[in-house]
Amino acid sequence: MTDRSAAETTGPDQFIGATPDNALRNAERADAGPVLAADGTPLKKSLNRALRLSKLRALMLIAPLLIFVVVTFIAPIADMLFRSVENNIVADTLPRTIAALDDWDETTGNPPDNATFEALYKDMYRAVEAKAHTRLGSRLNYELTGMSSLFRKSGRKVEDMGEVFQDQFEDLDGFWKDGENWNALMGTDSWLAAMEGWDTSDKKGQPPFEMRDGLAAMLPQTATAFQDYAQFIQRVDEKNLARQDPWALVYSALYNDLTSGADVSGYTGPAVAELQAAAAAVDGFETVDYRAAFVDIDEDWADPEVWKTVRLYGPNLTNGYFLNAVDMQKTPQGVEMRPENQQIYITLFWRTLVMSLAITGMCILLGYPVAWLLANLPARSANLLMILVLLPFWTSLLVRTSAWKVMLQQQGVVNDTLVWYHSTAVGKILDPVVTLLMNVVIGALNAVVWIWNLLSGIWGAVDVELFTYAALGFERLALINNVTGTIIAMTHILLPFMILPLYSVMATIPPVYLRAAKSMGATNWTAFWRVYFPQSVPGIGAGSILVFILAIGYYITPEIVGGTKGVFISNRIAYHISSSLNWGLAAALGSILLAAVLLLYWAYDRIVGIDNVKLGG
Amino acid sequence: MAKRSTISKSAPWIGAAVLAVLGLVTAGPAYAILGALSGFVIGWLVFWIAERRYRDAVPSYYTAGQTLWHYAFRVICGGIFVFLITPILVVMPLSFNAEDFFTFTPEMLAFDPEGYSLKHYRDFFSNSDWQNAVRNSIQIAPMATLLSVSFGTLAAIGLSQPHVPFRRAIMAILISPMIVPLIISAAGMYFFYSRIGLQGTYLGVVLAHAALGIPFVIITVTATLVGFDNSLTRAAANMGASPVRTFFKVQMPLILPGVISGGLFAFITSFDEVVVVLFVGSAGQKTLPWQMFTGLREQISPTILAVATLLVVISVLLLMTLELLRRRSERLRGMSPG
Repeated sequence: MTDRSAAETTGPDQFIGATPDNALRNAERADAGPVLAADGTPLKKSLNRALRLSKLRALMLIAPLLIFVVVTFIAPIADMLFRSVENNIVADTLPRTIAALDDWDETTGNPPDNATFEALYKDMYRAVEAKAHTRLGSRLNYELTGMSSLFRKSGRKVEDMGEVFQDQFEDLDGFWKDGENWNALMGTDSWLAAMEGWDTSDKKGQPPFEMRDGLAAMLPQTATAFQDYAQFIQRVDEKNLARQDPWALVYSALYNDLTSGADVSGYTGPAVAELQAAAAAVDGFETVDYRAAFVDIDEDWADPEVWKTVRLYGPNLTNGYFLNAVDMQKTPQGVEMRPENQQIYITLFWRTLVMSLAITGMCILLGYPVAWLLANLPARSANLLMILVLLPFWTSLLVRTSAWKVMLQQQGVVNDTLVWYHSTAVGKILDPVVTLLMNVVIGALNAVVWIWNLLSGIWGAVDVELFTYAALGFERLALINNVTGTIIAMTHILLPFMILPLYSVMATIPPVYLRAAKSMGATNWTAFWRVYFPQSVPGIGAGSILVFILAIGYYITPEIVGGTKGVFISNRIAYHISSSLNWGLAAALGSILLAAVLLLYWAYDRIVGIDNVKLGG
Repeated sequence: MAKRSTISKSAPWIGAAVLAVLGLVTAGPAYAILGALSGFVIGWLVFWIAERRYRDAVPSYYTAGQTLWHYAFRVICGGIFVFLITPILVVMPLSFNAEDFFTFTPEMLAFDPEGYSLKHYRDFFSNSDWQNAVRNSIQIAPMATLLSVSFGTLAAIGLSQPHVPFRRAIMAILISPMIVPLIISAAGMYFFYSRIGLQGTYLGVVLAHAALGIPFVIITVTATLVGFDNSLTRAAANMGASPVRTFFKVQMPLILPGVISGGLFAFITSFDEVVVVLFVGSAGQKTLPWQMFTGLREQISPTILAVATLLVVISVLLLMTLELLRRRSERLRGMSPG
């Protein structure tokens, strides 16, 4: 390396080594092979390394924030998306029933066989102990009305169902009554010794139950039931297992094991005599018809519809919430629309869309003149007027909403001012004129509505009511708790978001264009419409998308001034999260809204560019 | 411009005096003020039209129609400005109402001192609910701001480097908390934070608010960095400064206005935020906006107006700070404040 450089150095500076000059000379030489950097490595490689380093440095700076945002924000959104299809609760609560239902032929119109009902008993017993049956009931109630009360009612009685066996075992031998004896039978010796040595004041320190070897093979159902019981008492209830008596479920499991031919003759462990006596006696035991018992609790258990619903929502993932969110439902016959009187979400989405569009339209209407004025006034007065735009922008949302609530009330400032105005001489003279003008406008609007209704008959849209004509004489206006309130308040709140992007676009349009157009003979209107307006369209686009995105997901303002008619889909989402607790449906509604917003976000990025978002001038 | 006669100059005042006296005699003190204002306007308007002074502001070639439109347009804009500012102006006097009403009482209109009182402010400062809410807000907002500013500034510097892989995608992720509707963020955070045990905790609310404030920090700081001369850091490194020293001594002072205004945005986002805290927080994290929201939805009390007035004062202060920062930033970068 050194030799070569030494031979190749030229010129007055006879430095040998990696100087920039030498590298340049090397590079200039046609026969020097690949272009080299100052230190002799190929320039391409060296540049690549530098680039990689700078990329890495940039990523290292970004990484903490990226991780932070992903954990605190992206993960929650992903969780919400997941929840909109998640449906573990049925399979988790009724695993045996779902498995048993696999064999059921629902076309016969009969409820499933006895084995399924027995599986239901086992699942329900555990669910009732864990108090999970009411949650399952409310989950299934979203799909079939009446499920909630069915599960609650059955939950109260299912505990008694297996007591037939418990009583018979206990009558046979007092031995079976006592939880201590059960523990001695089921638990290992080492665990029993550990229980002896356990200091009961240390609640958390209870030695976990261990099953005696060989029992699971000999009495499989009893072992499972007892294991579940022991685990529940120790972990969930945190009670002393030695002081508890087993669930009735354990007795029915023991009965099942013994009648299904468990071989206890070879058994040598504790309580061998009692177990063998029981094995000899069980054949004479009275049994339980689970199907009859369940139907006795509630006749709905004989209804195949109930079972179809349970089976339909058995899988871990469901599209049921999404179907629900668009007013459809999953039935055993397939997907179909809900009955007319239950269709609320499509209407709500439609209303959210229409109202957001109306608000965006109002913002363009009010924002355009103001932005034009700000962009064309001298800087000093424009800055002064800009404060009037920025002050509302910076004022708390709650302040502005409460101001509108105060102003728009029946007894509020606006109505009081109107009442006062109508009582003055000016008002009395002008009232008939204003009424006449209003009625002309309303008449024009009604003509539009009439044509719309005529056409809606053709394409099947919703009919719109005609506006009522204004009558002379003043009644206090209903400005709040309806659509009007929401639109007024939200237009005010979102107007700065329209004015600011419009202004920043208009400020770049040279005013000479308008003057040039006019000097060439254009009228005011032509000059504006053909020259100025097209240049301001990007501002309108940016502002509209911004306002629309913000409006479509608004919650606070509609909640306070919207009443029942002026609310958005967001209010319904909040209702499902905090009041009806139908989180899956809330997540599905949210996912649809999110998809709409992301689509708009993408459009905004394409049209305006995320980097060009400006805040407060 | 023609010289104005004395009568033209004094007409507004004469009109004001006449109508004020008329109003005082016929109705009362409130009408006197109303009369004075309208008299002033009428007196001025009459001579403004009579002396054709309205022609002064428009080019001389304007037709009558164009002149009329010129002024009509300004009147329309004035109306829109009134619409923008009225709600904020109305709450202020109403917060001094002596009654528990949400409209101006006859006493208030008569400027009777009896009609005014500070009782809603007293209620705000003595009521433990409101004081707790203030305390919670003060505890949450600065922490959230600190988190978003420190992470956000670092990332903004990273994003302003010339070669950042996946720049668009990263930017989209970092800006998304601003774009996703609050109710969806709130729902997602509620589900996710209750899974990991952060729901209903102080930390949970702070993290959620920090996430919401980050886009504002990113946007303002990257905007400041656009005008930043990178040769300055190279010069500093050349003179032997370590990267950390360069950052604090050279880069930070220059981008500080952007960082502070980003911080203010983040602060106001957290301080003003109600939807997310409503879901992620529990009663122990009840912030001021939450308390206002409950008040508005359930038992609306005029104390809310007192709080609203105080918040408006705070936002005016914030707005002034931001404007000063903007001017300073432009001065530093050699632009004249415009």
